[in-house]
Amino acid sequence: MLRDQDRVFTNLYGQDDWRLRAALGRGVWDGTKGMIALGRDGIVQVIKDSELRGRGGAGFPAGLKWSFMPKESDGRPRYLIVNADESEPGTCKDREILRNDPHRLLEGCLVAGFAMGASACYIYVRGEFYREAERLSQAIEEAYEAGLIGKDACKSGYDYDIHVHRGAGAYICGEETALLESLEGKKGQPRLKPPFPAAMGLYGCPSTINNVETIAVAPEILRRGAAWWAGLGRPKNTGTKIFSLSGHVERPCTVEAVMGIPLKELIETHAGGVRGGWDNLLAVIPGGSSVPLLPKSICDSVLMDFDSLREVKSGLGTAAVIVMDKSTDVVAAIANLSHFYMHESCGQCTPCREGTGWMWRVMTRMVEGRAGVAEIDSLLDVTYQVEGHTICALGDAAAWPIQGLIRHFRPELERRIIDYKTSGAPAGASQAGASQAAAE
Amino acid sequence: MKVTSYRAGEAGDFAFTEDNAKRAAAAVTHYPEGRQASAVMALLDLAQRQNDGWLSPEAIEYVANTLEMAPIRVYEVASFYSMYNTKPVGRHLVQVCRTTPCWLRGAAGLTDTCRDQLGIGLGETTGDGQFTLVEVECLGACANAPVVQIGDDYYEDLSPERLSALLGDLKAGKEIAAGSQTGRQSSMPDGGAVTLTELPERAPAEPGRAVPGPEFGDPVSPGPVSPSGEGA
Repeated sequence: MLRDQDRVFTNLYGQDDWRLRAALGRGVWDGTKGMIALGRDGIVQVIKDSELRGRGGAGFPAGLKWSFMPKESDGRPRYLIVNADESEPGTCKDREILRNDPHRLLEGCLVAGFAMGASACYIYVRGEFYREAERLSQAIEEAYEAGLIGKDACKSGYDYDIHVHRGAGAYICGEETALLESLEGKKGQPRLKPPFPAAMGLYGCPSTINNVETIAVAPEILRRGAAWWAGLGRPKNTGTKIFSLSGHVERPCTVEAVMGIPLKELIETHAGGVRGGWDNLLAVIPGGSSVPLLPKSICDSVLMDFDSLREVKSGLGTAAVIVMDKSTDVVAAIANLSHFYMHESCGQCTPCREGTGWMWRVMTRMVEGRAGVAEIDSLLDVTYQVEGHTICALGDAAAWPIQGLIRHFRPELERRIIDYKTSGAPAGASQAGASQAAAE
Repeated sequence: MKVTSYRAGEAGDFAFTEDNAKRAAAAVTHYPEGRQASAVMALLDLAQRQNDGWLSPEAIEYVANTLEMAPIRVYEVASFYSMYNTKPVGRHLVQVCRTTPCWLRGAAGLTDTCRDQLGIGLGETTGDGQFTLVEVECLGACANAPVVQIGDDYYEDLSPERLSALLGDLKAGKEIAAGSQTGRQSSMPDGGAVTLTELPERAPAEPGRAVPGPEFGDPVSPGPVSPSGEGA
């Protein structure tokens, strides 16, 4: 197990105070001026060497992303934007950083912002996180008063402002260009890329958007060195990661663990195991609602990192592990996610706007078995028509859970359809009851 | 020079209170000059809080005037985001999370509890104007599922019985405590953390990099500060 001294988020559960004084005691804001003295290229090089990959879902190398910001200034201001619009179902890690360790994030905002020559930083917090935004704002006030940010931040001669921007309930604003639109006071509808935000982002100025966790770990990497971070985890999948464990586990929790930890170990060590024991496991969604689920046979041995999960046609995503035991109506669980995507589609691209609703309607029939066997293939076909044909990845995210369901649970879908045809009654209810009894 | 022209908003009787006008002015300062439209979300939130939890057309048009925006641009924002209510709501907005992580742990039972106890369906308000019940998508507190948001606060680790007790207290006009309803500390595993059992030793500073942090005077005392530009 990851040693406690290798953990970055030492106040993950709020055992200690979140305020500046306690944060200093935990080593936050230690030697920040020295990090800035490394210079822009120096910081980016350390982050590149550490092989830190973005924690927001896509896993893009963070150092590389930072290096995309123009080297020479053309007079336009630049912005660092921190994506704290945590809305991916299953994910609840950034919330813990915002409310329990806000100074770690603010320190990251300063060094990351400096590394890309930004003059200001906006932290976009999802609207429902009212209390978290409140606490973050208080932490910012503290940091200003202590001279850590603002004019001559940390006595480095560098001026840097940090602002909180609250969202108002739109999953799509977690998509980086939708977030920019929202920050500009518009509907959160994604932009076409290119131009990429590093060239034309917020207000048409060079901008970089990073997840909360990515930014919050950066100072610790600079403090302890790239080799420390790169030595944790597996090659190309380095460091630690906060996992959110939810669903049918004995003790749901968030926990910081090493990248590449076996899924089984993660669930058994940190969440007290699957409800009713490992053999009662039906499936796991390993990285938030957008990634395809994995049946137990794969869960037995899969490692939790970007590349290992990609090999089994799923993904690490936001590392939100949603566990389903054998009492679960797995078709209904995925239909529920289809409803989520239908609700959250911004309506800009036709395949997504129409497709998400269509997929949900078909999924509700699949739950009951009120469909033809051939419709499984037409449903699969439609998911491929949505995937890759939209401006942003929400269409893909709506398609993947259904593709995963059909890939691993097609016999279950067929059984329901046949049951419905023979008995004339919805399969869902009786099936859920039957497997519930079997589980008990 | 304005490139487009639009009709001015018709704000009727709606206007920010003095406090809210100050908060609104402060919100605008977070954005560069000429980019005051960025503050539209903060101002709509303020207006909604001032207007009993919903945005009337007058409130929306008032915000448009305040930020020199075309009213239609503000209507677009108000109708796009789910947290803006364009119809009146009850004093307590009860939002039950319905998405899979909460659903797996019994969210449907929570909706039923609310229906039964409040005597209203989804999207409806009680006759006395105290409660509005809605289902929402993922609230982002999945390790504490199932979760219900009432007003600005999250109520976590719920069961039908625990939610029923909360609603009973609210009906009786009592204060209720937010957070986990089973006494868990944030999202720590029930029964105590497996990790962080001893707060780790600080990594010793490396030579050449051991630049001391900034000097600090007295501890900073954060007074009650509301989020920048937000209503308390």
